[in-house]
Amino acid sequence: MSADAGEIPAEKADAGTAVDLTLDPAAAAADVPAEIRAQSLGQYLRDLRQQIRGGNSGVLPVILGMVLVAIVFEIITPEHAFLRPSNLVYIFALSTVYMVLAMAETVVLLLGEIDLSVGAVAMIGGVIAFKLVQQPGPGWPWWAAILAALVGCGAFGALQGTVTAQLKIPSFVVTLAGFLLCSGILIVVLGGADGNVNLNTSVASQRVIYDLVQGLLTPVVGWIVLAVVVAAAGINMWLRAAARRRQRLVAPPAGLTAIRLALVALLGAAVVVLCSINRGTLVVKVAGVPWVIPIVLVVLGGWTVLLSRTRFGRYVYAIGGNAEAARRAGVRLPAIRIWSFALCSATAALGGILLGSFFFGEYSTNTADPGQLVLYAVAAAVIGGVSLFGGRGKPLHGVLGGLLIGSIAYGVSLLNLGQYAPPLEYILPGAVLIGAVLVDVLSRRGTGGVTRV
Amino acid sequence: MTETSEAPSGASRAEDGVEPLLKLRGIDKHFGPVQALYGVNLDLPAGQVTGLCGDNGAGKSVLTRCIAGAHQPDHGQISFEGRPVHIRSTRDAAALGIETVYQDLALADNLDIVQNMFLGRERLRRGLLDEDSMEKQAGETLSTLRVTTVRSIRQPVASLSGGQRQAVAVAKAVMWNSKVVLLDEPTAALGVVQTRTVLDLIERLRDRGLAVMVISHNLNDVFEVADRIAVLYLGRMVAEGPAADFDRQSVVEYMTTGTFSGRPFEPAASATGEA
Repeated sequence: MSADAGEIPAEKADAGTAVDLTLDPAAAAADVPAEIRAQSLGQYLRDLRQQIRGGNSGVLPVILGMVLVAIVFEIITPEHAFLRPSNLVYIFALSTVYMVLAMAETVVLLLGEIDLSVGAVAMIGGVIAFKLVQQPGPGWPWWAAILAALVGCGAFGALQGTVTAQLKIPSFVVTLAGFLLCSGILIVVLGGADGNVNLNTSVASQRVIYDLVQGLLTPVVGWIVLAVVVAAAGINMWLRAAARRRQRLVAPPAGLTAIRLALVALLGAAVVVLCSINRGTLVVKVAGVPWVIPIVLVVLGGWTVLLSRTRFGRYVYAIGGNAEAARRAGVRLPAIRIWSFALCSATAALGGILLGSFFFGEYSTNTADPGQLVLYAVAAAVIGGVSLFGGRGKPLHGVLGGLLIGSIAYGVSLLNLGQYAPPLEYILPGAVLIGAVLVDVLSRRGTGGVTRV
Repeated sequence: MTETSEAPSGASRAEDGVEPLLKLRGIDKHFGPVQALYGVNLDLPAGQVTGLCGDNGAGKSVLTRCIAGAHQPDHGQISFEGRPVHIRSTRDAAALGIETVYQDLALADNLDIVQNMFLGRERLRRGLLDEDSMEKQAGETLSTLRVTTVRSIRQPVASLSGGQRQAVAVAKAVMWNSKVVLLDEPTAALGVVQTRTVLDLIERLRDRGLAVMVISHNLNDVFEVADRIAVLYLGRMVAEGPAADFDRQSVVEYMTTGTFSGRPFEPAASATGEA
């Protein structure tokens, strides 16, 4: 007999009970992202409100946190200097380091693992790149030096991933060892704990590395970049929605797409305007968007595509959600884990290069402590909304969390606290991290928790 | 296909001598010194539900895993559609069209219904996930099984109840033009209403012409859906035949003692197509 499963007509008479996936409305509202259900803008807003009440608040806490930090520091900093354009641009630039490190940490957190070595690996990556462009010295072109740093650190990450995945040792132990190892190697390659690698900005390849954070786009170029980004995002959103409608699938309402696009454009315009204000003196004008902002956007875009639109990303989420299910579905767990650790370390190396560019090559432990960097990276990711328990979070969350951490770190340094500043630079992010973890745990326990059974 | 006269109507049972879709003969399996299966024979005919019963430790799970490719039998032969096959991995099983719905469901809570149904077999378009085509296919499969999705098949599996999750797991198993579906304790964790929906779902799989094997402790469920019953006792197949040859008491006795009224199982005269 032909057991052709596909040929049975759907309307075949059958008195069987249909399985209704509709839930009680409250539970559905809490768990189903509003944009996949809503057919109209009004319904979207109502659903969104329900979703937030249900404990699934997405990026809302980190945005509220940023507003709170801005208000508090504006009030308590001397001369209310926190929100000056020059300070805000400085915060953007400083935060990009934490953003990139948080994005690196995100992929490993999504697996339900942790990488405690990102800070030390990042600094080694930075030192590698800075050393390789030295003249006299290796004198490599800037791109080769950066590539070497990414590949070298990626290989170290792959090693950590291999030990974790193949020997089944908890990643926290493996990467703690990696952190200590790299911290030691760092002192050796720097030639002392207070060493540094200066760049000669008159040499082209060194100038590029220096400019990664210090270089500025002119305001005109800034506007052009913004226009290109917004247009690309708009076209992408529009085409995807159109394709879904063509296939008669639920697409987000056009009004919602327009509002989101307008928000992106507005935020981008605010940043460009802010960066275009002269923050130097009347004589030496300093204005323009730092290179590092579009660089971070590219990293964000790359990670977002990798995690949400490729098989690799899907498997990362699946392993974080239910490793056994992924294994039974034929996912090769060790390969995904090793690649994740490798990509995490490579991304961290980029963060380390930005760090060096930000501090003019000062890799000494006075300016950046690898232990503090990793704390900030994990804190940024978790504050942004990446779950410590795996399976939940996005690269964007790392970026938002990085901005919040950068704001706090810089705000504290503005306070002129003297001897109290160093402890506070640890205590405040630590407190924020604990707060974020509490939100993570409580939201899992509440109605919106993804791991509720 | 033109030969629709053979459409599975429930009447064309395999007792008439038709080769069963999946045939196991003399399956032995041991783990170290422990012999788990002794020369087990089992037929899974197309368009029929076979209920596999047995007490804890009787070897139900080992037998299931041998079919699903998670274990390899030490001896014995598995024939699929009349030709001998070697199932060395779950991928081999999937390639033949054998799918397993595990007791603990094997769904990732944080992924949505579509993502779970395609996990490990995602469709790509220009190197990226083709979400739209996967969503369409998943929706069609769910609706042919009459699993209606009023809200969205894009909701995370975490938001589903036990019966709904079971339905998704079953739909996942049948989406790949599968021919054999093994269900391990499909109703174990479910309430009355949800059990009903899952049993209906199993009947729908049979009506689609699939060979279904249900492993269950719950004899009510077994007698409700099974066309054939097979009983394992301490690694041996002690009884196998049409459900009509059994009643509750006999199944319980075979499960607990391997015999019924002190006598081994004897197939009814017309029951088996071959010796």
